[in-house]
Amino acid sequence: MIRKVRPHINQNEPLLFERSSPGKRGYQLPALDVPAVDAAAVLGGRNTRAEIEGFPEVSEVEAIRHFTRLSTHNYAIDLGLYPLGSCTMKYNPRVNEQVARIEGLAWAHPYQPESLSQGILEVMGALEKMLAEITGMDAVTLQPAAGAHGEFTGILLIRALLESRGNPRKKLLIPDSAHGTNPATATTAGYAVENIKSNARGMVDVEELAKSVTEDVAALMITNPNTLGVFEENITRIAEILHAKGAMVYMDGANMNALVGIARPGDFGVDVMHLNLHKTFSTPHGGGGPGSGPVAVKGPLAPFLPTPRLQRVGSRWTWNYDLAQSIGRVRAFYGNIGMHIRALAYILAHGGDGLRNATKDAVLNANYIRTLIEPYYDLPHKAPTMHECVFSDDRQSKRGVRTGDIAKRLIDYGFHPYTVSFPLIVHGALMIEPTETESKDELDLFIDAMISIAQEVEENPEVVLKAPHDTRTSRVDEVTAARKPVVRWKPESTSGKAAD
Amino acid sequence: MYPANFHYTKEHEWVRVEGDVGVVGITDHAQNQLGDIVYVDLPKTGTRVEQGKTLGSVESVKAVSDIYSPVSGEVVEVNDTLATAPEKLNEDPHGEAWLVKIKLSAPGEIQQLLSAEDYQNYVAAEESKH
Repeated sequence: MIRKVRPHINQNEPLLFERSSPGKRGYQLPALDVPAVDAAAVLGGRNTRAEIEGFPEVSEVEAIRHFTRLSTHNYAIDLGLYPLGSCTMKYNPRVNEQVARIEGLAWAHPYQPESLSQGILEVMGALEKMLAEITGMDAVTLQPAAGAHGEFTGILLIRALLESRGNPRKKLLIPDSAHGTNPATATTAGYAVENIKSNARGMVDVEELAKSVTEDVAALMITNPNTLGVFEENITRIAEILHAKGAMVYMDGANMNALVGIARPGDFGVDVMHLNLHKTFSTPHGGGGPGSGPVAVKGPLAPFLPTPRLQRVGSRWTWNYDLAQSIGRVRAFYGNIGMHIRALAYILAHGGDGLRNATKDAVLNANYIRTLIEPYYDLPHKAPTMHECVFSDDRQSKRGVRTGDIAKRLIDYGFHPYTVSFPLIVHGALMIEPTETESKDELDLFIDAMISIAQEVEENPEVVLKAPHDTRTSRVDEVTAARKPVVRWKPESTSGKAAD
Repeated sequence: MYPANFHYTKEHEWVRVEGDVGVVGITDHAQNQLGDIVYVDLPKTGTRVEQGKTLGSVESVKAVSDIYSPVSGEVVEVNDTLATAPEKLNEDPHGEAWLVKIKLSAPGEIQQLLSAEDYQNYVAAEESKH
């Protein structure tokens, strides 16, 4: 039974381009108090134009209603559980927004002199220090714009360190339970990728790994907990194997929400890692974020961190550009600073105990879901669940229903779908991460929905196969969309034929 | 189902030997697992590939998956029709939708691959696990 939602009326809304009619406008300029100038005469005729073809003209209220109506077609973390596995879609506390809007922070400009930027620099300095403490690492750069950018930066640091020792080496080892961006990072950084298979428990097979660690290996890129939500319990042994051959351990910190306040990567052998502030540290995720992917390193890698480095000289913060071994800039200016402010607000609002509680609640919530839906869905890997759990659609696929169908049906029940078909090592994966945000009530509604769908699969699979039913748009043709994408809207009227 | 004159890998590729050239593709089981294929990324002619190493990738609605080369050698021909008609991989994976032709540098490698019967048994065992 669908308990969380019921259909309600919301309004159709065409594109602004389709709403446009000539002469409508949403602003009124005051009368000039200086003599009018003919722009064409001053700038030259070819630099001016009378109008922009196809530019939408609407009134203010039409623009407001346009975006408000579109927002009612949407789903967001502010409406309910958003269980996308490995994405850590947690609530974005409003105190973060309040702090980020403090005038001196909101209006800070990167070209402002350091003497007038001490406040924002203090924010960044404090955040670097706290992230180093949370991860157990020695130094942090806040420059990378998001997770994959952090990975890339981290691997460039490893390359730089190994080059300084005489040999950058040739390849990176990546477990099949790692994040999908890791192989792309390795390739972009000029390394070949060697896949490491997981064992039946969903962990890196230490014996197999040891065989692969040769003098050609620059590093292992490991996600811990991995994408099965399983903690790599042999991580210290794994790190020893890499270090014994002069290779390094990169940790993808996307799943750090399972560790904060409990375990520190720097204490279990990790040399370099990134964090996703838009996951673990509650800054906005999705909708363009923007993200932020700080990189934390152990001492030997610190000289190679991106330029400039924030440093404290006496009682002042200052940027140090004199870094002979640095890999250089990885981004304009100093990173997505608005996110640094929000992450610091989150850390300070929680304090150490609060952060540890958030981690425990995230793990508790994932285990609660796992325990209650395990009777209805196959769970291929039985190792203890951390912050997320991964089921397979094996039982349902015997009735012709796949993970993607169950996800579509979940929309009818009022939830954003879980992560579908990832990780690839689980056949027909359902990857579910509730985060600490959710109350027991919301989790119970989700669990009821999952159980109800499992029953529908047994009794009436058609209703699941044809889902969603209650949304504005019913099931879309994803195959044609991917094979023949139409990525740009074009007006029908001007050419007299349908948009191509 | 699986042609007897092909050789197979556990990663679900096949190779058919024509003189000193191996014609490479993915199996019917592979296309079925992937679902609707929307894009195929293949190496350029002249690329040297190694047995067991990445040859290219196939993208379905669900995921992007690597294709591993069943043999070592040099890519001498690429099936360009897949660039505009990736659906052929779903329709005829053992025939029209071959991926690349590779001039074999180590023909002995073929002996390490599975026969049609062994592959069929392997797939059946994989299926029964689920």
